[in-house]
Amino acid sequence: MSRYFIDRASRYVVFIFGVIALLILAAIAIFILKDSLPAFREIGISDIIFGTKWYPSRGAFGILTMLAGSVLVTLLALLMAVPLALGCAIFLAEVAPPRIRRLTRPAVELLVGIPSVVYGLVGMIVLCPLIANLSGTGSGSSVLVAAIVLAIMILPTVTSISEDSMRAVPNQYREGALALGATHWQTIHHVILPAARNGIMASIVLGTGRAIGETMAVIMVIGNSPIFPTNIFAPARTLTGNIAVEIMSATGIHQSALFATGVVLFILIMLINSLALIAYRKKT
Amino acid sequence: MQDAFRNKWPLLLLTGFILIALTSACGPASTCITAGGSTTVQPLAEKWAEEFKAKNPNVDVIVQGGGSSAGVKGVAQGIFDTGTASRELKSSETSQWPDLVTYHVALDAIAIVVHPSNTTANLSLKELRDIFATGSNATWTVLNREEGSGTRDNFEEKVMGDTEVSLNSEFLPAAGAIKQKVANTTNAISYISLGYADASVKALTIDGTTCTKDNCRNGSYPISRYLNFITKGEPGGLVKTFIDFCLSSEGQQLVEEEGYISVK
Amino acid sequence: MMKLPPKLTQRIAWVSIWATGIIAILTLVFIVGYTFIKGFPAINFEFLFTSPKGGVSGEGGIFSCIVATMWLIVITMAILIPLGIGAAIYLSEYAPDNRLTRLISYSLELLAGVPSIVFGLFGFAIFVLALHFNYSIVAGALTLVCLLLPFLIRTAEEAIRAVPQSQREAALALGTTKWQTTANVVLPAAIPGITTGIILCVGRAVAESACLYVTMGGSAAMPTSFLSGGRALAVHIFYLAMETTALDKALATGAILIALILIINLSTVWLSQRFYAKMQGIR
Repeated sequence: MSRYFIDRASRYVVFIFGVIALLILAAIAIFILKDSLPAFREIGISDIIFGTKWYPSRGAFGILTMLAGSVLVTLLALLMAVPLALGCAIFLAEVAPPRIRRLTRPAVELLVGIPSVVYGLVGMIVLCPLIANLSGTGSGSSVLVAAIVLAIMILPTVTSISEDSMRAVPNQYREGALALGATHWQTIHHVILPAARNGIMASIVLGTGRAIGETMAVIMVIGNSPIFPTNIFAPARTLTGNIAVEIMSATGIHQSALFATGVVLFILIMLINSLALIAYRKKT
Repeated sequence: MQDAFRNKWPLLLLTGFILIALTSACGPASTCITAGGSTTVQPLAEKWAEEFKAKNPNVDVIVQGGGSSAGVKGVAQGIFDTGTASRELKSSETSQWPDLVTYHVALDAIAIVVHPSNTTANLSLKELRDIFATGSNATWTVLNREEGSGTRDNFEEKVMGDTEVSLNSEFLPAAGAIKQKVANTTNAISYISLGYADASVKALTIDGTTCTKDNCRNGSYPISRYLNFITKGEPGGLVKTFIDFCLSSEGQQLVEEEGYISVK
Repeated sequence: MMKLPPKLTQRIAWVSIWATGIIAILTLVFIVGYTFIKGFPAINFEFLFTSPKGGVSGEGGIFSCIVATMWLIVITMAILIPLGIGAAIYLSEYAPDNRLTRLISYSLELLAGVPSIVFGLFGFAIFVLALHFNYSIVAGALTLVCLLLPFLIRTAEEAIRAVPQSQREAALALGTTKWQTTANVVLPAAIPGITTGIILCVGRAVAESACLYVTMGGSAAMPTSFLSGGRALAVHIFYLAMETTALDKALATGAILIALILIINLSTVWLSQRFYAKMQGIR
């Protein structure tokens, strides 16, 4: 076989691989959209998205409560995780003695890969009884436990990416600021953090995506009640949990409504990503 | 030569992967029956599967969960050879898939369970209905099964009637999780299959009737149901042999051992 | 607001940074430590080499789950690697720089952020129902391929693009064909990056639960072919926690998974160091 023939053939083979990969990715979007159409058509887009009652066996398919659940849990998780993660990243990148740094850096990376069900499991065994005792009512399955579990889960992700971006700030910046008589904290606050802002933003967006998309760990600790959570000790349900718990037994319009839940989740994630992108563009 | 080889090692690795995958595909196809659906039937079906395998070493019975509705849907769509359900077929299901056949393989009661320290001993059906229609509050933490669970469908049919269960309650996807939560929460109330009820939770009497096998057999306990195997059309071959085995005196003895009630 | 003297802010900031650092690290140490300490007593030979027996008390071990996980990884990787690398080569070396290519890159970026349960939905609709793989290892593997494909393509593409243009030009100037250049010059130089990407994919596949929960069924029986159902280790943790009272076994399975992830992570570190040494000419 001549090398020219191989060259030509390989071009097609590689092209086909590319096409297959793209077809798969297109198929995902098309199939999920297609399977959600009957629900949107028969129930109505606004009745699905703004409906507050989810009771499939009695024909109620509103997912607003779960949308609220997803958003609330994620926001609460971010509220806990972001300050901790940023502090931890500053600590690892700028403050910690090299010995601690050498030890913690690979540890944080390991923690990124830990299966989320493990976080859920520990939350279920340790946190639920604790919160039940604290609040004095209920079983402990609550928005708060879910948010803590998610916060711990995304902590390593946000930490490690923010740390990377702080480390990528050239040393001259630090030296320059210090030479001007700034304290170490002033240097970090006014020089390092602004310079590393893109990476920090990216890490938070990634963390948000992981938190909102997490499924099994949340099912284990949130109680899955399709109601608006009245306080953080109340149970709730997330969009992801709704899909995972019911998809295997759903048929007909119920199945389609779960695909619609998937579409809403997909759009929610896209919204978050684009918002982050816009915010980021505005500032630069 | 060696250099040329070194450049190719990822390709070799790949071919290796693919070969392994292919050879595992060509492995001896042992005969297997898949049964799936109700998580109530699951432990029982797993026991049956084990005994059946002991008698027929080359047949594997694979048992999966997912909920009764998943069992009905699964067998109708050809995912399972036999679906398992802890409820009867709904009219919507029989009209959608008219060729489904139901086999009663065991009888089961649904016990209303609370924390062992709870002082409540008896509830009337109406009180029970009111508790579940109200949902969680300071007095009760109400736990429900998820949509699609046969236990939930039975509970709704026999206790709730036309009343809806309050959505202000927890929805857990498995009987084990319900039992665990009830055992750990002092004011929890929920419903689980008799086969799951043990000393870690307290079963209430309903209108004065205790949830026992005898009361269930004679019909005085109000919340009982059949556990079912569902097939698409009349089963043949191995599936029939398996169902016959479950209905045999040996199979029914396992039913009693697992805490359910035999139908023969 | 009164402006605090810099010395004071410095002190406050230092205390809080140390505090957050220590809190964060302690929390994570607690999770891993708890899993290992509570789970370790349940790990023994029998636990590793018997299959789950079912029932409420969660008797038995995790052998069939280990086997199912291995099958899952092998099949996933067998499909994912050629597809991912092939597509990455196409996108970085062959695709014209036009709007379509940019659209593709953008959608890859987007898909990499889609939650795994959405891929689970897709896998359930296509592989389980439409293609009739039913609940099976192969359905789970194909779903995983879809989930990991965007990530692998992007990582591999980055690695390939990072190869200096001058190397390609030098090879082409010697009269090699485009493919010879790609296969013999570009790919070998990009292998460290690609390998890291692949290993990260293995790690994510091992840790994944949501999309496998809805595509592989929950059968704990030993898989007999890749068309039979199975229960991956991570999913087994969920089943143990929700359907049994054997929480110690759930923690033990968690400890084993963490150990597995640790091994996978260390091998990435080891590999990248080895490649780095090789590139620097240190043997």
